[in-house]
Amino acid sequence: MTTKTEVPSPFCGIGTDDLVLNVDGKSINVLANGCAINTPAFEQAIGDIVPRVNGKEVAIEDAVAQAADILKTSHQTLIGGCATDVNGMRALVSLADHNGAVVDNIAFNTTRRNILALQDSGWMTTTLAEVKNRCDLLVVIGTDLEEVSPRFFEHFIWNESPMFLEAGAQCKVIYLGKEPSGQSAVSPAGVRPQVLPCADEDLPEVVAVLRALVKGNNISHYEVDGLALTDLQALAGQLKGAVYGVVTWSAGSLDFPHAELTVQVICELVKDLNGKTRCSGLPLGGSDGDQTANQVTAWLTGYPARLSFAKGFPEYDPYLYDGQLLLENKEVDALLWVHDFNSKALPPEGVVPTIVIGRSGMHFEKEPAVFIPVGTPGIDHCGHAFRMDGIVAIRLQKLRESGLPSTAEVLTLIDQAL
Amino acid sequence: MIIKLTGGMVYDPANNVNGKALDIYIKNDRIVSKQEVTQVDQEIDLRGKIVMAGAIDIHTHVGGGKNNIARILLPEDHRSDPVAATELTRSGTGRALPSSYVTGYRYAEMGYTSVFEPAVLPVNARQAHMEMGDIPILDKGGYVLMGSDDYFLQMMTAKKDQQAINDYVAWTLNATKGIGVKVVNPGGINAFKFNQRQLDLDENNQFYNVTPRDILSVLAIAVKELGISHPLHVHGCNLGVPGNKDTTLSTIEGIGGLSMHLTHIQFHSYGVEGDFKFSSGATEIAEAINKNKNITVDVGQVMFGQTITASGDSMKQHANHKHASPNKWVCMDIECDAGCGLVPFKYRDQNFVNALQWAIGLETFLLVEDPWRIFLTTDHPNGAPFTSYPHLIRLLMDRSFRNDMLKTIHPEAQKMTTLDTIDREYSLQEIAIMTRAGAAKLVGLENRGHLGVGAWADITVYTPDDNREKMFEKPDYVFKDGELVVRDGEIVHIKWGTTHIVTPEFDSGIEKDLAKYFSRHMTMKMGNFKISNDEITEDGRNTLTVQPTQRGIL
Ligand SMILES: [Zn+2]
Repeated sequence: MTTKTEVPSPFCGIGTDDLVLNVDGKSINVLANGCAINTPAFEQAIGDIVPRVNGKEVAIEDAVAQAADILKTSHQTLIGGCATDVNGMRALVSLADHNGAVVDNIAFNTTRRNILALQDSGWMTTTLAEVKNRCDLLVVIGTDLEEVSPRFFEHFIWNESPMFLEAGAQCKVIYLGKEPSGQSAVSPAGVRPQVLPCADEDLPEVVAVLRALVKGNNISHYEVDGLALTDLQALAGQLKGAVYGVVTWSAGSLDFPHAELTVQVICELVKDLNGKTRCSGLPLGGSDGDQTANQVTAWLTGYPARLSFAKGFPEYDPYLYDGQLLLENKEVDALLWVHDFNSKALPPEGVVPTIVIGRSGMHFEKEPAVFIPVGTPGIDHCGHAFRMDGIVAIRLQKLRESGLPSTAEVLTLIDQAL
Repeated sequence: MIIKLTGGMVYDPANNVNGKALDIYIKNDRIVSKQEVTQVDQEIDLRGKIVMAGAIDIHTHVGGGKNNIARILLPEDHRSDPVAATELTRSGTGRALPSSYVTGYRYAEMGYTSVFEPAVLPVNARQAHMEMGDIPILDKGGYVLMGSDDYFLQMMTAKKDQQAINDYVAWTLNATKGIGVKVVNPGGINAFKFNQRQLDLDENNQFYNVTPRDILSVLAIAVKELGISHPLHVHGCNLGVPGNKDTTLSTIEGIGGLSMHLTHIQFHSYGVEGDFKFSSGATEIAEAINKNKNITVDVGQVMFGQTITASGDSMKQHANHKHASPNKWVCMDIECDAGCGLVPFKYRDQNFVNALQWAIGLETFLLVEDPWRIFLTTDHPNGAPFTSYPHLIRLLMDRSFRNDMLKTIHPEAQKMTTLDTIDREYSLQEIAIMTRAGAAKLVGLENRGHLGVGAWADITVYTPDDNREKMFEKPDYVFKDGELVVRDGEIVHIKWGTTHIVTPEFDSGIEKDLAKYFSRHMTMKMGNFKISNDEITEDGRNTLTVQPTQRGIL
C-alpha cells in the first residue's frame, strides 16, 4: 500500500494536481482533495481485462487481427470518441492517415461552439493562474460552473494570497443566465454571488444587449423575464470598471441552436472592453481529453479534431464530418470507438461493425464486434493531457500495475496490422 | 556503413574551406578522415556539385501553443495546401503554419537539418517539446522565454542578487529543457496584464518599477555567467513602431558589451522620415551592428503574401490587431508566465509600409558586413513562411534580380530605400556562414554546421544554378546524421533528430522557495511543472543532446 501525493487528473479539465491517493494493489482510494468528478474516476475498479471478439474472450493478437480485418474491408471508417491522451491521439491520427478514416472527437459538437467563434473572429483569453492572481470580477455566462468544474472556486477564486488582489476584497462573482446549483460560489466571508437569471433561450439576446451597452450604444428599452435593462447596464459598468475581468462559459452548457453566435458576441464584448481596461474570456472544457484531441490533431494536421483523411490528406469540416450524422446517414461502414477515460462513454449503437478501444469496465447493451479494454492514462500508464486553457499540458502518472495496454499501444498494433 | 562523397565543391567556412573539390567520408553518423576508412560501402560522385553542411534555422516558430492557436485560427490557409500521405510520409497541411510532419519534410527538402523554436514559454514547454517531437528528420531545440514572469519580476523588485537570478535562469532551463534564453518585449507582456499599453526601454513596468533595460542587463549577465553559448535572444521593445530604431540603437549601446542576439531586427529598424512618417533605419542599425562585435542579429525578412504573425508580445500584437487580414485575431495572457498574440497578416508589395519593410530587411542583410553575426530568417511565420528561404537567398546573391524585384514594389517605397545603390551580392561561402557555420556557433552546437572530421554528418548537396532560388529549393542529396534522407528534393527516408539542450548548474536550494511559490500562486505543483527526460525520450524516437556550457571561460 502506497500513498501518492500531488497526483494530476485528466478527468476534470482544470488539471487538478493536488490529489492524495492510496494505491493498494489494483485499488485506488482518494484520500484528499477529491471531487464529484475525480473521485469516482480514480476509484473505479478495473473491469474486464481480456479482449473479446463477438463476445468471446480472445488473445489481444486475435482481437487486433480482427479489428484490422474490419478496417481493411471498410470503405469508410469513422474513428469516434477520440478521448485519450497525447500518445493515444498520435497513434489514432496515424491509423486514420493510413486507413483514410474520419476522426471525430466525442465533444466536438459542443467544442464547435467555441471553435467556430474563434475561426470567424478570434478572441482574447486567459489561463487559470492569471484568474487565480488577477481576477477581480468573474462573470459566468449560461453555466452552472461548479457542476462543470466542482473545485473551480476553491482553486482559482477563493485564494488566500492572490498576488495582485487586496486580500479579503478579492473577486466579485456574477452569474448571468443559469443560477449556481451549490454553495461553492459563496465567498469564505459569506458573500453570495450576484445572479442575473434568464432562460437559456434568452441568452443570445441578453448577451447582445450587454455588448451594445459595453460599446456605449444607446438602448432605451429592453426587458426579458427576470432581468431588467438596468441590471445589464450595471453589469456593463462593472465590466468596464473591473481591473482584470474574466468572462467564463462552458460551451457544453450553452445548449441552444447556434450558440456559436452567442460565444462570438461574448468574445467580441471582451475585445471591446480591452479598448480601455483588461478583460479576458475563459472558455471551460478540457475534460476527458477533448482539448488533447484538438491540440494533437492541430499540430499533426493543422485542424481541430473533426476531420477526414478519406482523400489521402486531412480535410476539416465542422459539420460534414459529424460522426453521429455519418452513422445515421450510413456514410460509414465501420466504427472504431476510442474512449479510455470513461467506461460509461459507450459508442453510438448502429448497424456498422464496431471496434471499441475502451476503458476497462465498459458494459455494452449490444456487444461490439471487437472490444479491447485498455488502461486509463494517469492511472494505468504515463501520458500527457491538455487542460481546458489549451496551453498547459499535464504529465500523467502511472499509479498501479494493471496489465492493461494503453490506447496508443493497441492502436499502433492495429495500425501495423493494416 | 562508410559512404564516400567524391569530389564535390565544398563550402565549409568553419574549416576555412571556400569552394574546394574535396572527398568527404561518412562513417555511420559522423564525418571521418580518409585514414579511418578501410573500405567504402557506397560512393557518390559529387563532381560538379556544391557541398555544404546541413542548414540550421536559428529562429523559426515550429513548436508551442501559439502555433497551434494559429493553426486552428486559419483552416482556410491549410485548405489551400493539402499534403497527401505517401508510402513513406505522413499527410498534413502546409502554408503559413504547416503541420509538424510537413514542417520536417519541407525543411529537410530545402537542405535544413536543424531548427530552433525561439519562444518556448516555460509553462508551455511541455507542449512545445511534444510538437517538436513530431517533427521528423530535424534536430530541434528551444529558447526559453523569460523576463515577463511574475516570479522573475518579483526578484527584480526585491533586488535579489545576480547569483539568485542566475540560479532561477538555470533552474528554468533545466526544468523546461531549453538551449537558450529568450526575452520578448522585456517586462512588457507582464505590463499588458496590468493594462499598460506601451513600454519603452527606460520606462517602468508600472507595477514592478522595473525597466526593460534592467531586465536585459540582468538576463544577459545570467546567460554569460552560466556559460550558456547562445547569447541572450532579444525581441526588443516597440516591435513594429515607427521610430523604434532609436530604441534599438539604445538597446545595443546599453548592453555594455555583453553578448546579445537581436532577433527579427527588421521589425525594429524603423524611422519616422518622409511623407508617411515611416522610413528605413537599416543604415544606422547596420552601422551599430558593424561597430559592436558583441551583437548578433537575425533579420526577420518580410516576403509578400498571406501569413500569420505569432508572437509572445501580447502588448504589441494587441496594438497591431487592426491590421489583421483576414480580420480575426487572438491575444492571450498565460499563467503569470507570459502571453501571446496571433494576427494574420497579408504583406502586399503595393502597400507602402509592407514594401518598405521588405526593402529594410534586404538593406540590413547587405549592410551588415560580418556574415558570422547576421542570420537568415523570416521569423517564420511572422515575416513569411520558411519555404520562402530559397527566394530570399536569390535576392541576396543576385543583384540584378533584386533590382528587378525592387522596381515592382510601391513607388514611394522605392524612393525611400537605398537598396538599388547597394552592389553587394552574397557569396556561397557567406550563405554557408549565415545558415551553417555561424548558426551552429551562435546556438552553441558542438560538431554541427561544419564538414570537418568529427562533425555529425549533416550534409546538403546542391547542383549549381545561376538561379539560386532553383538551386537552394531542391538539393540533390541531404544526409542527416549520415543517413540519406532527401534525394532530388524529395524525402527518401525518415529518421528522427535529437533535441539539443543545456543543463547549467544551479543551487538546488532555490527549489524551496519555488515550490512554495508554485503551491501558493500557480495552478500546478513545482514537481509537476518540471519536464523529465523520459517525457522526451520515452517514445523511442527522440533523444536529448546536452550541449556544453562554458562556465569559467568568461
Ligand atoms: Zn520570432
